[in-house]
Amino acid sequence: MNDLKKFKEDVGKEGFVAVVGGKTHWEVGGALNEDIRLVFAPTGIDAFDPSEMTVSVKAGTKLKDLDQELARHGQEVCLEGFLETTVGGALMVGRDGIRRNRIGSVRETLLQAEYVNAQGELIKAGGPTVKNVTGYDLCRLLVGSLGTLGLIGRVILRTRPRPEKSVWLQGELRPEEVRRMCFQPSSLLWDGEATFVQLEGYGIDVDLEVSQLKSVGFEERGNECPIKVPRFRHKFSNRSCLDGGVADIHSSILYTNTEASIPQYPEEVLCLGAKVRDTFDPTGRLNPGRDPYKAGP
Amino acid sequence: MANKFFKKKVHSKQDDQLFRELCRNIGSERVKRDGASQLLYSRDGSAFPGGIPGIVCFPETTQHVVDCIKAANRHDRSFVPRGAGTGLAGGAVPCDAPLVISTTKMNSILEVNYEKQFAWVEPGVVNLDLTKSLSEFGFHFAPDPSSQQSCTIGGNVANNSGGPHCLAYGVTNAHVLAVEVVLPDGTLVQLGDIDGHMSGYDLRGVFVGGEGTLGIATRIAVKLTPNPPTICTLLLDFMDVADAAKTVSAIIAAGIVPAAMEMMDKRIVKVVEEFVKVGYPTDAAAVLIIEIDGLSDGVRLETEQIKKISLDCGARSVRVASSDIEREKIWKGRKSAFGAVAQVQPGYYLHDTVIPRTKLVEVLEEVYEIANRYELIVMNVFHAGDGNLHPLLLFDPQEPGVMDRVLLAGEEIVQVSLDAGGVLSGEHGIGLEKKRFMENFFSKEDLAAQKLVKDAFDPDGRANPFKVLPSGASCSEVNHLSQLPDGAWV
Repeated sequence: MNDLKKFKEDVGKEGFVAVVGGKTHWEVGGALNEDIRLVFAPTGIDAFDPSEMTVSVKAGTKLKDLDQELARHGQEVCLEGFLETTVGGALMVGRDGIRRNRIGSVRETLLQAEYVNAQGELIKAGGPTVKNVTGYDLCRLLVGSLGTLGLIGRVILRTRPRPEKSVWLQGELRPEEVRRMCFQPSSLLWDGEATFVQLEGYGIDVDLEVSQLKSVGFEERGNECPIKVPRFRHKFSNRSCLDGGVADIHSSILYTNTEASIPQYPEEVLCLGAKVRDTFDPTGRLNPGRDPYKAGP
Repeated sequence: MANKFFKKKVHSKQDDQLFRELCRNIGSERVKRDGASQLLYSRDGSAFPGGIPGIVCFPETTQHVVDCIKAANRHDRSFVPRGAGTGLAGGAVPCDAPLVISTTKMNSILEVNYEKQFAWVEPGVVNLDLTKSLSEFGFHFAPDPSSQQSCTIGGNVANNSGGPHCLAYGVTNAHVLAVEVVLPDGTLVQLGDIDGHMSGYDLRGVFVGGEGTLGIATRIAVKLTPNPPTICTLLLDFMDVADAAKTVSAIIAAGIVPAAMEMMDKRIVKVVEEFVKVGYPTDAAAVLIIEIDGLSDGVRLETEQIKKISLDCGARSVRVASSDIEREKIWKGRKSAFGAVAQVQPGYYLHDTVIPRTKLVEVLEEVYEIANRYELIVMNVFHAGDGNLHPLLLFDPQEPGVMDRVLLAGEEIVQVSLDAGGVLSGEHGIGLEKKRFMENFFSKEDLAAQKLVKDAFDPDGRANPFKVLPSGASCSEVNHLSQLPDGAWV
């Protein structure tokens, strides 16, 4: 029996069920109900063709293993997480990392998904090519759904070239000024006093922008992020209140050490979201207890 | 051309009541049902003959759109959202006398925030007008479909439109942060937010590309893309199509993602050159137009890399545009392609499929073989970088029986693309045109899963019915493309 078929049978057609990944984001979206059958998604990289810039990978594969394989060919995917985070977990949580400005959004990286639906059927969503408008884009709904619409077994992801050079700088200039000076910096963080900027690309391009930033007082800080980015994410709307956190200027996310409050959504949005969940999983058997609208930004 | 379907009279007593209600609610000057309006709004840019529009409305505000949809619901009438009508898959063709809701009069740019790099626009804003208005501030709207001089942002959202420069920058979905939508039951809702970082289901993401079957966008927050500091355009010519295709794959495999990578085959190059005289090599088997952008040193580096790769792959020459004028000239040829083919035949049918880049050579060979077998002229001008084929089948609509051959050839081209591991559409969408092929790509269960999206947004099936998904019901008056009247506009 192949991996996907076994996964489909493990999920089955009835009973409450959830997939265990690396448990690195296990708390996101609320606790699972009790008495739930836990299953594991298959692992392994099925196909990677650097000239297509796509990779087919099973959902239980760890991000670090995928990254290692892609790095051998000078490519990467825009999924970020921790050591044990799985591909499926990163997609289901759907959070973009601080390099979004360069490598894109998680929601744009999922091209095709094979998932088991609430009825226990194996469904294909999306397509294998980098461009595709064939029907409704279910992949968009799956990313960030916390496994409440279907449990993914295998995906095709868009890959991107790894930058030739990557460097962090730190300085006092306001982030808005840095944004004007640089052509699409990969990351732009601010802790209320210092600005941290990550420049990536061809060495000659990076060197040029490094020298420009140095001329306004910035200093090179190596190729690892020089500031610890706290774990909890908040919407960053009030610039006078950083609360000891670090702001991601590109995405308006504030990272702090205090747990995020759940954003309030308009009733109409929650109502439409509930309709989507009910139509996909009328008996509420997939990841019961989890709520994407309680996941925070 | 007279449209035989217009013999069907649709003005009923109920229609009169709906007409009066709409006039009362949004103003009589914004409501039409005269023959000329109905004929005009009976079709779009596709090959489909006109459907039967009911009343045509021209709302100017979000509240007008809400009023239109609520009135349609009260009178048990479906509705069709419509932008500039440039779609090529029949997505805006009205089926069974729906209310046609044209958003062309909602054409204001409402707010531009250069600091945060977004703009709120109304759906009727023309794509190129938006980019022009941003240019002096150093920004543009990245999706650039061939119809960008006339297509609207609302239409781009409906079709998730692409264009040559979407290779590096992504299609419309990557450039829409939020959408204000009137749902098919008349509820007003904002999907997404300007930070692009909402949790919850990505309802914005699935709405974009929904082909008007999930509601009507009334305000759209688009991402502004900074203009690159340096742009370099190259024209490469090849004596063998296979070498051009090999070059495309080799460039991507080398880790270079150009802003655009377009291919034109020998036939289209010759026709275009005769039409606009831009200096294309008419004896070449294929040309590639490659554009790279970014910081100047990196662009210079990539230019050299691309030159080397292409010469290694068999390019006969590589021309690098040395000025903006030369660059514009190179692009002028590409952008004139569809107009130029009128020199050869009065009609064409433009296809749209996507295949893996690595299958370009074998699929193109099959496309030529299919066209030969059906005694049709085929020309290829397409987005090679992302494998998005656009075979143009040329014909004279006056030739008896030609449409049957065009359609059969088209079906085979679609199937060849699917067999090569491709998909049905890269940027035109499914509309009416390709829904009969959906079962060739998706299983019954896959399609049932897609139907759930429609059910959640539009349980009564009022928004743009008969589009995208195959179903038992069909759009009776335009379902038979093979029965196009002779002389049909295509």
